[in-house]
Amino acid sequence: MSSFLSMKIQTYEVLLFLAVFLTACDVSPLNDPYPENESKLSILYQSFSERPKHLDPAVAYSENEYAFIAQIYEPPFQYHYLKRPYQLTPLTASKMPEINYLNKQGEKLGEDAKESDIAYTDYVIDIQPNIQYQPHPALAKNERGDYIYHHLTEAQIQSLNTLNDFKETGSRELTAEDYVYQIKRLANPKIQSPIAEIMKNYIVGFDDFSKQASDKQKTDIKNMPMSGVEAINRYRYSVRIKGKYPQFRFWLAMPFFSAMPWEADVFYDQSGLSDKNITLDWFPLGTGPYLLAENNPNRRMILLKNPLFHLEKYPSEGEPEDKQNGLLIDAGKRLPFIDKVEFMLEKETIPYWTKFLQGYYDASGISSDSFDQAVQFTGSGGVALTSSMKKKGVRMQTLVETSIFYMGFNMLDTTVGGDSERARKLRQAIAIAVDYEEYISIFRNGRGVVAQGVIPPGIFGYVEGKDGINSYSYDWVDGKPQRKKIDVARKLVAEAGYPDGIDPKTGEALILYFDTTSVSIDDRPTMNWYRKQFEKLGITLVIRATDYNRFQEKMRAGNEQIFVWGWNADYPDPENLFFLLYGANSKVKHGGENAVNYQNPEFDRLFELMRNMDNSEQRYRIIQKLQEIVRRDAPWVFGFYPKNFSLYHSWYSNLKPNSMANNRLKYTRIDPDARAEKRQAWNKPIFWPLALGGLLFVLMLLPAFNAYRRRARETLQ
Amino acid sequence: MIHYIIRRFLYAIPLLMGVNILTFVLFFIVNSPDDMARMQLGQKYVTGQAISNWKHQHGYDLPLLWNDTEKGEKKITRTIFYQKSAGLFMFRFGVSDSGRNIGADIQERMWPSLAIALPTLCVGLMVDISFALLMALFRGSYLERAGIVLCVILMSISSLFYIIGGQFFIAKLLRLVPISGYDDDMAAIKFLILPVLIGVISGVGSGVRWYRTLFLEEVEKDYVRTARAKGLSETQTLFRHVLRNALIPVLTGVVVILPLLFMGSLIMESFFSIPGLGSYTIDAINSQDFAIVRAMVFLGSVLYVLGLLLTDISYTLVDPRVRLS
Amino acid sequence: MAVLWTDALIYILIIVVAGLAIYMRGKEHIKRPLQKILRSKTGMASLVVLLFFVLIGLLDSVHFKPANNKNSEIISLLDYWATPLREHGEKTYSAPFATTLYSKEIMTLADGTLQWGYPRLKFGGGYLDDPDTQHVPDVLKKAGYGFAQGASLFGFFILCYLGVRRKPQGEKRQAFGLTRSSKSVLAVVAFLIVTTSYTLIYLSSYYHVLGTDKVGEDVFYQTVKSIRTGLVLGTLTTLIMLPMAIVFGILAGFFRGWVDDLIQYIYTTLNSIPGVLLIAASILMVQVYMANHEQQFTSVIMRADMRLLFLCLILGVTNWTGLCRLLRAETLKLREMEYVQAAQALGVKKSMILLRHILPNVMHIVLISVVLDFSSLVLAEAVLSYINIGVDPTTYSWGNMINGARLEMAREPIVWWSLSAAFVFMFALVLAANLFADTVQDAFDPRRSSD
Repeated sequence: MSSFLSMKIQTYEVLLFLAVFLTACDVSPLNDPYPENESKLSILYQSFSERPKHLDPAVAYSENEYAFIAQIYEPPFQYHYLKRPYQLTPLTASKMPEINYLNKQGEKLGEDAKESDIAYTDYVIDIQPNIQYQPHPALAKNERGDYIYHHLTEAQIQSLNTLNDFKETGSRELTAEDYVYQIKRLANPKIQSPIAEIMKNYIVGFDDFSKQASDKQKTDIKNMPMSGVEAINRYRYSVRIKGKYPQFRFWLAMPFFSAMPWEADVFYDQSGLSDKNITLDWFPLGTGPYLLAENNPNRRMILLKNPLFHLEKYPSEGEPEDKQNGLLIDAGKRLPFIDKVEFMLEKETIPYWTKFLQGYYDASGISSDSFDQAVQFTGSGGVALTSSMKKKGVRMQTLVETSIFYMGFNMLDTTVGGDSERARKLRQAIAIAVDYEEYISIFRNGRGVVAQGVIPPGIFGYVEGKDGINSYSYDWVDGKPQRKKIDVARKLVAEAGYPDGIDPKTGEALILYFDTTSVSIDDRPTMNWYRKQFEKLGITLVIRATDYNRFQEKMRAGNEQIFVWGWNADYPDPENLFFLLYGANSKVKHGGENAVNYQNPEFDRLFELMRNMDNSEQRYRIIQKLQEIVRRDAPWVFGFYPKNFSLYHSWYSNLKPNSMANNRLKYTRIDPDARAEKRQAWNKPIFWPLALGGLLFVLMLLPAFNAYRRRARETLQ
Repeated sequence: MIHYIIRRFLYAIPLLMGVNILTFVLFFIVNSPDDMARMQLGQKYVTGQAISNWKHQHGYDLPLLWNDTEKGEKKITRTIFYQKSAGLFMFRFGVSDSGRNIGADIQERMWPSLAIALPTLCVGLMVDISFALLMALFRGSYLERAGIVLCVILMSISSLFYIIGGQFFIAKLLRLVPISGYDDDMAAIKFLILPVLIGVISGVGSGVRWYRTLFLEEVEKDYVRTARAKGLSETQTLFRHVLRNALIPVLTGVVVILPLLFMGSLIMESFFSIPGLGSYTIDAINSQDFAIVRAMVFLGSVLYVLGLLLTDISYTLVDPRVRLS
Repeated sequence: MAVLWTDALIYILIIVVAGLAIYMRGKEHIKRPLQKILRSKTGMASLVVLLFFVLIGLLDSVHFKPANNKNSEIISLLDYWATPLREHGEKTYSAPFATTLYSKEIMTLADGTLQWGYPRLKFGGGYLDDPDTQHVPDVLKKAGYGFAQGASLFGFFILCYLGVRRKPQGEKRQAFGLTRSSKSVLAVVAFLIVTTSYTLIYLSSYYHVLGTDKVGEDVFYQTVKSIRTGLVLGTLTTLIMLPMAIVFGILAGFFRGWVDDLIQYIYTTLNSIPGVLLIAASILMVQVYMANHEQQFTSVIMRADMRLLFLCLILGVTNWTGLCRLLRAETLKLREMEYVQAAQALGVKKSMILLRHILPNVMHIVLISVVLDFSSLVLAEAVLSYINIGVDPTTYSWGNMINGARLEMAREPIVWWSLSAAFVFMFALVLAANLFADTVQDAFDPRRSSD
């Protein structure tokens, strides 16, 4: 009995505690995932779903890695934040690069030199003086001017856990030599830069340098010369390119070509540090507006404002409507505005979306499942936020990305591939039958634009309207493109030798194979949908789902038949898309990016012509010819250009979508007070069901207690 | 006793070897080192040179199990298997395929795993035992029958439903706790309430039933009848004798799983984005990071063996009649 | 007629069960617990539910190639009967019994104007002229019809049964062991099942009884199809692991010495590997195998079936150790029994002793563990599918449904029917299995055989 009583007392204590706890909750919402004292600070909360693999700018090459390093490292150039079409502006450089054409003998040519005469191009880049690196132990020096941490003892390393355990930090000025050093790093085979194989075709001396560096220590490359790249003086360096490659200027705006102090490699290369996960891949060292203060990829990554960031101002010009949209309010103010950015690991979509609605994330993309909740289509076919979103003050931005998703036919395949009329008709028929309008509406909720050709909007050569449609699968009806009727496709299939989709060889439906990496349950509807599209033609589509590696292997060996793939343009130039169909880039023969192994001499000739041209009327015409060839041959079913919808809360401002610039964080601004207020209002906890549940439980126990009492009495008798 | 423990440890060595070989074989039937390299190098512009560089750097350019080009014992030691296994036995897990030190990661991720697993176990034990005691107290009455039915019902619900439902009602509708996440130190408590609660509820059905049978077995023994005849009340016998005696199987049952708590809960952790070892393992499976998978399998086996050993020892401690030999 | 691998194994399983039933018919020590099961009310009720599920699963296990179909896909008997359900897809989500889609869309009206509203479904109540007023009465009317037809069907069966029963003077029936109370429970449960399922079937030809999913597929159909997957996993896994567990368990216990050491080594090793990792690696392996032998798996259903079979196999490999250990312990006890000792002293062959004396005496342990494992396997499937190492994504299964429905919970308004449907069906099966397992356990528990 006594124990029973004490249990009861405990219950009271718990209730009392709960009551106190509840009254205390008026201060901060119960479900706030962040520490209470943070709510009034200028902190931006973002999420990441997968930890970035590399933060070394020579290696990193994916969106989720750029989210971090583009804020930390600075290449000489960047894309203008507001202006469209995309335009390069200097970042650490003081002006746009000086471009000199040279002939074979190394003599300088005039600006209007013929392409055939140009053997080399020199890019001469001037950088601004007085740019400082972020404070970092690798740059820390003592009074005598020696680096403190470049010769760590074993005992010192043993006592370390993170980079923050180094007491001293230092900084130094950015020099042209640092940019040269980074290009050497790209060439170093030990660093395994993903663009090394491309760059060796362009940068003079790159390949030789790679070979020489292969048996050298990582830190030795500093003093080895690369013939095409040199620092002319402290603030000026030049890069020599083979031939004329105007797209190189875009590469100079990618993190690959940012500055890297040699001290970083010397510091991180000390043995023992990598066992503590202290490597350049995890703790970057740059000149950018932010520095990585905490790197715990298991939970969160924190960017802090770089105290030594050089003077950079918010742009004061943009597109005409930018002023109305309030994007120029901060014009001329010093960047960056936000003090701290917290990236939280968030794997599941439900918690992510819920937290956004509760105000704990400042911006969010829209997944297909939360779409109806956030967005509705207006009568004119446009999109608008739903009223519940508007009430919250959420705003939306849309952007057609410079990417394309396409369905590819393996041109080496005997059924769907090859240059024969029969196969071409089959491909054209499939291009009509696979109704990507429906795909976009079902699986992407309208977040995409059906592709009519290789080039996405925003890139030179894209044509809108009647002239831009794919006349092999579309008709221009009532001022808009309309997919051809399925009968047209059926006729094509019959002409291809499969009447009603029946394969004369077997007498049964023609079987085609769809190779995919989609093995998860979430992809089942998509696969079913593809099957239905082919059924329209009487063709049976067999899905061959394998894991990513197996898929890649099939692609390399040319064993696939039909697949879906995407390409995200590296820079806003049509060359970066058409090269996916260039014969010399064939995947099976040359290991290149031409995954469909398409080869058409006329296409290749025109492509070579177009490749190095500056944007001009002539280039535009060639591009249209290229488009026409691809549409006719149909090695791709042009799928769609994805459209990105992003939502952000009212307190988050200065946002303009930009699919090229990665370093957008420094322009944005947060109003923490407005945020704290909204969060408070949106997150009032509801307690009555809890109380009700407790009451029910007690009621349930009551008969038990009675029964017990009766029983105790019985035993006494 | 000491002899026994040493013998058990020696017995563990062939066991761990077996585990190691099995995982190695299973994994390499599936994945060639080329695949792993490609997986890690990403999607764009991957060339053969880049792959062989990667393999060399991560030590995957050797033969798998047997090196014909070397001499003597190097035929065995200069292989991927030997190079990657030898360290495991000294608990040096090496570097993961994505370049992080596994040992450091495990040390860091162990604590969040424990932070859910331990409270779930303790609270779960308390709840299970108290309900089981209640049911033993009311044995034969309608309450017991209702309790059993309730237990079976709770048992018949998939744990996924508990998680999805819990997150939906408590975190989303009632806004009582953060829906997911984790923090250091004491700030972690608000993140742990929901997973622990769900963990306890999803285990309560089978737990209560199990403890109830234990208690009932004890209740039917002679000494209980004697105690009752002596005039002790129902509750007194239950708490003084039955509970104490039934605690032996309870404790030994708990000891087996104690070490395995370190491994974390796969699903709970990824649903609540808790950076523990469970989600570490799932991530490794999904990204096919062989080094991590092997380290985790090895760790799991070691902890399992440790659990068996601890059980044996705890038997001798609580029950002097059992002797280890 | 086409036979999938799992189909073949199911047929084998049925033959084995039938064989066992015939073998055990006359055995006294089996008869008593069986009678106890038959007397138990919950046992009988859960058995009826289980049998109903099994029936559906069996219907779904008879595959053939439809005659008038140029597609090379094969379908099952169940698919054949549910053809309207399969083919009556909508565009996207619609709620149970709804006549419109769940979310608003731009619709083009007859006069060419655009309107923002809920589009009508193609099949769900598509024949109604004015859903606003006719909808509810129509649903009720159809439900009433369905119920009445189901009830009369049931009544017909009962009459038949009574008619049959009259003839053999009621004596033989008694031997069947059903008491009066368990008979009435049986009748009530059977009545409920027959009428509800008939009502649902009747309604489902007019409405989407449990709504439709993201691509407009009928959820009721999905749920019913998932039954087979659950049953296959629950039973075939056991079928696969049983021989291994029994042989190894008995051998280890009987021979001891190095045999025992070896077997113990094997199962401790397997046991100490975290199960999920083992399953993940094996599933990957299966995928590689299928990728390398593509020509053998031309149809979707065969690929999915192969994966299901492998999953059973792998679960069997990870699961047999528990039973093996139990059997070993039991055999250790049995071999010290007097009659076994006596047999050995008389020079009876060891294989004979194992077959005659040991095996029959451990069968009750096997039986109990089989029924106990069943429900945990059904539950495990859901969890495995969550981490994508469960059944093939094209297979209908509750785990896959739950996973697909996970994201639907975040929608507003929430799409609850997929999850609820999977929950209810899965819960019904597992609950019935658990209750039945309890009854079996009680019946075979020697300590309780006295009462």
